[in-house]
Amino acid sequence: MTTRPDTSPSARFPAGRLAFPHRDLTGIGRLARHEILFLLAEAQQWVEFSRQASKHADLLAGLTVINAFFENSTRTLLSFEIAGKRLGADVVNMHAATSSVKKGETLIDTAITLNAMRADAIVIRHASSGATQLIADKVDCPVLNAGDGQHEHPTQALLDALALRAALGGVEDFTGLAVTICGDVLHSRVARSNLLCLQALGATVRLCAPPALMPAGIEAMGAEVFHDFDAALAGADVVMMLRLQQERMSGQFIPSPREYHHLYGLTRKRLALAAPQALVMHPGPMNRGVEIDSDVADMLERSIITRQVEMGVAIRMACLDVLTRGRRGVEGWA
Amino acid sequence: MCCVSRLPPKAEVFPERPPCGQPKGSTRTGARVKQQRPVTVTGGRLVLPGEVRAGALRFAEGRIVALGDIAAEDGDEIVAARGRLIAPGLVDYGVFAVDKPAFHFGGITRAALMPDQRPPLDLPSRVSYIAKSGKPDFWVHPLAAATQGLAGEALAELALMREAGARGAATGRRWIADSGVMLRLLRYAAMLDLVVVCHAEDAGLTGEAVATAGEMATRMGLSAAPAEAEALAIARDLALAELASAAVHFRQVTTAAGLALVRAAKARGLAVTCGVTPAHIHLSDLAIGDFRSFARLSPPLRAEDDRQAVLEAIADGTIDVIASGHDPRGPEDKRLPFADAAPGMAGAEVLLATTLGLVRDGVIAMPRAFGLLAANPARLLGVQAGVLAEGSEADIALIDPERPWIVDARKMAATAGNTPFDGQPMQGRVEALWKGGVAVLAA
Repeated sequence: MTTRPDTSPSARFPAGRLAFPHRDLTGIGRLARHEILFLLAEAQQWVEFSRQASKHADLLAGLTVINAFFENSTRTLLSFEIAGKRLGADVVNMHAATSSVKKGETLIDTAITLNAMRADAIVIRHASSGATQLIADKVDCPVLNAGDGQHEHPTQALLDALALRAALGGVEDFTGLAVTICGDVLHSRVARSNLLCLQALGATVRLCAPPALMPAGIEAMGAEVFHDFDAALAGADVVMMLRLQQERMSGQFIPSPREYHHLYGLTRKRLALAAPQALVMHPGPMNRGVEIDSDVADMLERSIITRQVEMGVAIRMACLDVLTRGRRGVEGWA
Repeated sequence: MCCVSRLPPKAEVFPERPPCGQPKGSTRTGARVKQQRPVTVTGGRLVLPGEVRAGALRFAEGRIVALGDIAAEDGDEIVAARGRLIAPGLVDYGVFAVDKPAFHFGGITRAALMPDQRPPLDLPSRVSYIAKSGKPDFWVHPLAAATQGLAGEALAELALMREAGARGAATGRRWIADSGVMLRLLRYAAMLDLVVVCHAEDAGLTGEAVATAGEMATRMGLSAAPAEAEALAIARDLALAELASAAVHFRQVTTAAGLALVRAAKARGLAVTCGVTPAHIHLSDLAIGDFRSFARLSPPLRAEDDRQAVLEAIADGTIDVIASGHDPRGPEDKRLPFADAAPGMAGAEVLLATTLGLVRDGVIAMPRAFGLLAANPARLLGVQAGVLAEGSEADIALIDPERPWIVDARKMAATAGNTPFDGQPMQGRVEALWKGGVAVLAA
């Protein structure tokens, strides 16, 4: 782990658009390491900003941000809404029930409709992998992926990295860090984005799940694969627990939540197998008593779960700011 | 007939895909029923079962009358082939739509139509209607639905549908999960001397999967099934076919394990044949990157190792048929997120060029290419076609095997341009096509 040099973002990254030459944020897989670091650096200012009593900036004043959520969400939607409002944008939430938009041309038609309303940024969540890319190809404004199927959830991975960086005392990257991600990896876009992001920042990632919940060929993405949680925990610096995504499961993947907890639940006893002072993370929402025990989730000195939520707003502010710089005419970005 | 009352009026039988269409961007001389004047195609290279030989071909009154070292006769219309290939019209085994402009573009004069129509081809009246739908300039050989509604439960009226023109019985896009039903089907079809055309994917293992399990599907977060789903299905169907002494044809075999089973069954003398489409010959699952729904196929694209196994099986004779699987799908089916899009590709236009690519690459010789594209499928259908021979129907394609062109999804002859080969350069084009002696693409 290297300590972060005390320089401002502007000094460490290429000038203007060269620092982040993408119109959209569809996935971590499309970002280079320095682009991830740039977004994290940009988010840092919004962490401090959000801790002030008055937290309103006019950066995005006059811009319309549409949160088009085709899949149920409370936390991510709220986080994006707050981020947009803190930056002064006009934020509109479109909450379409999954059932009514999954069919036919509707998704593309919706995209074209949003485009015609002159949105300045569109945030998409959709139950199908690749849906965000499909919409991005059809509209003229930046598109942010707030989770597409089992593919990616880039802002979650970025906020996890930001939270981790802060918890580790402001390190630049995660070289030498061992992170264990345990849970329903098969159905998890968070696992995929985090795998890519953590690896790009130098960490070693161990994935742990029962065989039925481990996607085929994930070793090829550079992960170490475990089915035995105790073995996966040995010496880990960070333990990230994932929820069982019952809503995405067709068929039975585990015999019962009780049995799952027996094998894969994070208890105090299990946590002791990890490195001393290992950090505990969870993207939420948690199923207490299934994948994580309450006393572990609430450990003040070890659990950074609430810090993750805080960082979520900052990361989303940074992403909205960076991606709209072109249309706001910011020097070097137009 | 007892089930007439279940039939909608004729005009409504196939409302979605009208069997006739006018070709776009191709010269057509009109759908005359009979050949008016004898034609001699001179100075070409005749594609015969064992060799490619310089020569000419003469046809009159819809049939081939002479070929080889022959000359035109007085009054003949003379077409100068100028060294191009004189080949049999292609016989496309297993298509999902009657899409004449696309078939003519691809040199296809006959096709075996899958029963997956709306409504399915599970009644004799539907079979006899569709069997006539392409004539005179295109012949459709329907494959009967093996089970009522293609539901995989109750046998359809196979004997009556055979009378009505069905040339085989197909399970459709799906595998018949119930082994008892499958055995009864195979025994019944064997009695009727009908080939059973199977879809080889174990349904329980496949579930809702849209991709083959592996790194690509995992990176993209697509639900995936192991490639072994194919071998499992083939193993069961082969065991049942052997028990029933039935002939089975696996329309698409796409994995090394599946092909090994077919190879071994052939060596044991079982009546088994199999086919593949250009997509699984030329593309691996890398083609689904960027969530391109044109590459969403059933079975899904496989890993590169399996693609190599397909090439080997074409070379060693395990694969008998290359077919287009032609299934044109418009934006309403394809302009969707990958997993929500319908599977299938418009393949008729690239069938010939992609197969000629195998000849250029040294995988197979030219006569074998036309065995895969014409002679073998015709034999499977039990029709006298697919080979240039005196007395045969004059279904003839004049082909420039070197002519380059580029696939453009926006400008296809097919009713929809859903091709995973969009933008790719091809070599080999049909320059003239005769069906029963009548020009359907003019020289």
